[in-house]
Amino acid sequence: MSAAVKEVRSRTVVVPGDNIDTDQIIPARFLVTTTREGLGARLFNDWRYDPAGQPRPDFVLNRPEAQGARILVGGRNFGCGSSREHAVWALQDYGFAAVISDSFADIFRGNALKNGLVPVQVSSNIHQHLLTSLAGEVLVDVEATILTMPDGTKAPFPLEPFARYCLLNGVDELQFLLSKGGEIAKYEKSSGPEPWRLSS
Amino acid sequence: MSPVPPHPRTLLDKLWDTHVVSTETADTPAVLYIDLHLIHEVTSPQAFALLRERGLKVRRPDRTVATMDHAIPTSPAVPAGPEAAAQVAALEKNCRDFGITLFPVGNERQGIVHVIGPELGLTQPGMTIVCGDSHTSTHGALGALAFGIGTSEVGHVLGTQCLLQRKPKAFAFEIDGRLPAGVTAKDLILALIARIGTAGATGHAVEYRGSAVRALSMEERMTVCNMSIEAGARAGMVAPDDVTFEYLAGRPYSPQGKAWDDAVARWRRLPTEDGASFDHVEQIDASTLEPMITYGTSPGMGVPIGGVVPHPNGDASLAKALRYMGLRPGQPLLGQKVDVVFIGSCTNSRLSDLRQAARVFEGRKVAPGVKALVVPGSQQIKKEAESEGLDRIFREAGAEWRESGCSMCLAMNGDRLEPGQYAVSTSNRNFEGRQGAGGRTFLASPMTAAAAAVTGRIADARELVR
Repeated sequence: MSAAVKEVRSRTVVVPGDNIDTDQIIPARFLVTTTREGLGARLFNDWRYDPAGQPRPDFVLNRPEAQGARILVGGRNFGCGSSREHAVWALQDYGFAAVISDSFADIFRGNALKNGLVPVQVSSNIHQHLLTSLAGEVLVDVEATILTMPDGTKAPFPLEPFARYCLLNGVDELQFLLSKGGEIAKYEKSSGPEPWRLSS
Repeated sequence: MSPVPPHPRTLLDKLWDTHVVSTETADTPAVLYIDLHLIHEVTSPQAFALLRERGLKVRRPDRTVATMDHAIPTSPAVPAGPEAAAQVAALEKNCRDFGITLFPVGNERQGIVHVIGPELGLTQPGMTIVCGDSHTSTHGALGALAFGIGTSEVGHVLGTQCLLQRKPKAFAFEIDGRLPAGVTAKDLILALIARIGTAGATGHAVEYRGSAVRALSMEERMTVCNMSIEAGARAGMVAPDDVTFEYLAGRPYSPQGKAWDDAVARWRRLPTEDGASFDHVEQIDASTLEPMITYGTSPGMGVPIGGVVPHPNGDASLAKALRYMGLRPGQPLLGQKVDVVFIGSCTNSRLSDLRQAARVFEGRKVAPGVKALVVPGSQQIKKEAESEGLDRIFREAGAEWRESGCSMCLAMNGDRLEPGQYAVSTSNRNFEGRQGAGGRTFLASPMTAAAAAVTGRIADARELVR
């Protein structure tokens, strides 16, 4: 797991459309890798580049005003589809530290939290405002679980308490689970029959 | 023994309760024990790297099974490329180093991970099953709690055989009535997704219930549970019954003898009890359904095959989808020209799917200019299909008969659409570029796909097979 994430302060960039699936975020043909590095170059590849590999000037991430933004605002049900964690790695490698939407797909949300990418789920009103207004700087406060809008409006966002704790302290879930080794061994001894042995 | 619980419990409650190592609190999720961890070449390498970094072993290699499916070639004529080969080699090395059973290419048990689990009897009622793949929900068809995970979680399970999880909410899809002739399990699940939308079951585990579900074969139940994630649910499930037990009896990893009898007795206690409550209930009458086809770039964008492309009416996402698909509002789907037909994937590559497609192909030819691919879900299915002569029907029609794998479902192995091509596909996702950059996908059943192959257009298979 990455370092602790207390807050993200940045301009936003809007990638419009509902149901932005993980195949758009990182197409499957770029998953033939055994590491997690370098995927930012392929983020939104088929929206960013034409078939000849030239940047599409009308795609938001290719516009000058999008450069340097660390918070992406996406449509509803962001991150649906495939469980590929590569989608989160690609967003982070590109430079994003938080994603705002009014809803996230379950697996994407989990993957994001495990890597320190903050999924910020806001009400439809706030979402609409962020989707349609000119980009300004917002503040994602993980400690307070409050999003501060460019005009100073504050909007709370839900964050599962353990996920918040892990973000704030840079805690690694694997380490936490390993610390439960004794309980796991006890469960293994006491739980019913083995389902099968792989010796057959 | 724990005391008799005070409330009637759902299948989900029972699966959950028996796998909790430590209970969830306001501050921490539950530690949930995983009975079976399935892995494949694409979402596991970074997890093994994590184990090596930390000097960890795989806690339960005897509960971990690997296969190769996503990135492998399904024909010598279509190589998958050097990076895919490196990924396959990495899986071989990881399985060797960590003592994990692997069914590699060339092994008679190799196949799509969600096809071989049930086929080998690895998947059993009452289990918790995870895999780094969102279609892990497939295994829920046998009465297991099965869901897709990311690569970090693959590492957690490899290292501890556990996951940190909050219990999902319970969603009941009550499906009564009888599916009309020519309407398949694929049409049923496409209709359910069109009904509730692609986020309709987010945060929930779906239990498919009712007389229409009980009447489905095991393979049909797998098709339904497979696409639960396309409605937002990580898990879909069907309570085990005699159909389940008949399916499992005698499979390589199924219990034998007294262990089998004990297992069935245990499994019979799994179904949701009368009076148990769900967080959300939807009802649908299966007898009203028709063959379904999608028209957009999200699996919820589906209509009965005789329907028309809807008008966006201000829905920017739908308008964008129709631009991508090159379709006009009001246009009928029937008659739409297609270039490629793909029959396969963890949704629809089982023997019964191939038989249905073969009924349409038999005595007909693939239409001129159409490329048709039939990709069996496993080596076992391939062998069975060949022993029935299905491969001959496909080949004589002019379709390609391939080796088992995910193939053109996600187009990472070289099997792909060219930009602009239209495909009718039995897979699960019609996302932009899913089957190849610029490719355009209509999702449908194997019968509808076969009908498209032989007519060159979207067609109603009920008119070809009476």
